[in-house]
Amino acid sequence: MPERPRTERLQTERPMIEIKSVTRSYGAFKALDDASLTIKEGEFFSLLGPSGCGKTTLLRMIAGFDNPTSGSISVDGQSMEGIPANRRPTNMVFQSYAIFPHLNVEQNVAYGLKRLKLERAEEKRRVEEALAQVSLTGLGKRLATELSGGQRQRVALARALVMRPKVLLLDEPLSALDKKLREQMQVELRRLQQAVGITFVLVTHDQYEALAMSDRIAVMFGGRIAQIASPKEIYQRPVNRQVADFLGGMNFVKAEIVEENGASLVVDTLGFGRIKTDKPKAFIRNGGAATLGIRPERLRVLWDNATAKFEVAGKVVERHYFGEITHLIVEIPGLEKPLSVTETNDFGADDIPVGTSIRLAYDPEALVAMAD
Amino acid sequence: MTAAAEGSPAFGMTRARRNALLQSEPVQGFALISPTFLYALILLVLPILVVIAHSFWTQNYLTIDRTFTLENYRVALTEPIYRDLLWRSLYISLMVSFFTVVLAYPIAYFISFHGGRHKSLWLFLITIPFWTSYLLRVMSWKVILGYNGVLNSGLMGLGVIDEPSTALLYNSSAVIITLTHAWAAFAILPIFVSLEKVDRTLVEAATDLGDGPIRSFLRVTLPLSAPGVISAALIVMIPTVGDYVTPKLVGGKDGVMIANAIQAQFGKASNWPLGAALSVTTMLIVTLIAGATVLILRAAQRLAR
Repeated sequence: MPERPRTERLQTERPMIEIKSVTRSYGAFKALDDASLTIKEGEFFSLLGPSGCGKTTLLRMIAGFDNPTSGSISVDGQSMEGIPANRRPTNMVFQSYAIFPHLNVEQNVAYGLKRLKLERAEEKRRVEEALAQVSLTGLGKRLATELSGGQRQRVALARALVMRPKVLLLDEPLSALDKKLREQMQVELRRLQQAVGITFVLVTHDQYEALAMSDRIAVMFGGRIAQIASPKEIYQRPVNRQVADFLGGMNFVKAEIVEENGASLVVDTLGFGRIKTDKPKAFIRNGGAATLGIRPERLRVLWDNATAKFEVAGKVVERHYFGEITHLIVEIPGLEKPLSVTETNDFGADDIPVGTSIRLAYDPEALVAMAD
Repeated sequence: MTAAAEGSPAFGMTRARRNALLQSEPVQGFALISPTFLYALILLVLPILVVIAHSFWTQNYLTIDRTFTLENYRVALTEPIYRDLLWRSLYISLMVSFFTVVLAYPIAYFISFHGGRHKSLWLFLITIPFWTSYLLRVMSWKVILGYNGVLNSGLMGLGVIDEPSTALLYNSSAVIITLTHAWAAFAILPIFVSLEKVDRTLVEAATDLGDGPIRSFLRVTLPLSAPGVISAALIVMIPTVGDYVTPKLVGGKDGVMIANAIQAQFGKASNWPLGAALSVTTMLIVTLIAGATVLILRAAQRLAR
């Protein structure tokens, strides 16, 4: 029997960071507006949103570089009010890495340890251990200026991890790396987090990064938290159009509510007919209208005479080739906007000529109701 | 022109070659620096060569004996008066550069880290004292430090002293005070520039790793601004060794520096060769000290890690 992943054991229900109605205003402008969230011990938590959404402000307030105008932040049950950044049990990986240019790799990593006045051998051991964790063994004597972007990033990580913080804060740590290295580092970061079991809080504007690494994600817009949920939940059941759009392509379909009860909604749509769907937790009825959304990859092209229980018919109006996948734009009679369909290329979706009439299969469960 | 070029291809070719020559980087570089280069050659290098040549000759009442001799250097290095003057000049200039840098650093730090949007205003304000003549500024120190000066009357008014102190003016401390004030701006600017280059995130990173404000300053800001400190110290030290106006005005007999002796040799004493030898000796020693300062500060920076 395979061993249970370590993360399951390390992640507890104990709250590590508690943010209670935190607001940060600059004059009349609210960079963060009444944000509340709880991050659990050992969790990999991401703050996701476009630039200016307040995610970095929130991270800097956890680190102690900024203070809330109102509200409270506590780490490991201890209120952070009045505690300066240098006394907080958090460490940060900066977006620019902030590697000390006048020190070599070893000295950079040992920087925070010097204050602890450890024995020389113990300090050396911890530095070596941290360098090994980020696969930089043997580069200790290099100057920071002699490192590549990816290596600097690892030094920044090692320098924070060596402090054994309760919380590691990461401010867009991968944004300066090229795509391939970024994807590799995503996997490594996740692996590292599971190995050390420290609570990670990641700030990012890259939805794939957040989806790939996090246990839970908070999506933020304009200083407010729109949704906090697991990557799968956020992607599949976004609470509103903004979240849905930010996480990737989504086809929106106008619907009319026929019946609303406890946990479900029955709606009429022009293209998909009558649909019964789960009612979102925070669903606020706005007259008789509702919005349904379906991700492009949840629509499947039906080949030849294949049939499905639920299908819509339409005509291909555009085709975009992306290597492993093809995007088809399909016009459905009755829908005001054509549907976007993502199809893998193993069955020849890249060969469907524009103008072909096709049928699309879908699962009514993939059509989710959301706020506008 | 086109017709001419077509008519005589040879001419077109020479011009093309000439253009290529004019566009080559070294030629353009030399063309750019040539005015300054000529200026430096005629007014700096040639006079120095003349001085060096004189230092190996002998003054023979009104004429100069051009036989090679090291006698002037023997006098310059062994005669107690010149040795003492040289030591005192070096002592004064080192003290001046030390105090100037120590006093300039906080100002530069304040402007760079807390100047906000008004950085250029602050820098502008610092230059204001330099709108008046150097002599006037030295004279005003005379007014402050003199027997009936501001400081003496102030201290007497407060009852700290009973009679005016003569210890304030006409000694080497007066020279140090005056020069420190005079060179302040020249130290503030290089330090300010190097502080501006310190990435503020690095200070945040130091704080994040547990350093309080003083420790992060000592471990990050100060070492990273060391180049500015070194250049400030050198900018102040090198010219002050050879200063002769300030010692003449506020130095009295205890504040006389080597430059006053050199001036005397070229003037009243009319012994150009000895003056030249003193100049060359001073120049060499300043060069050595400047080099040593750089090396020592670099080593200190390495140790501070």
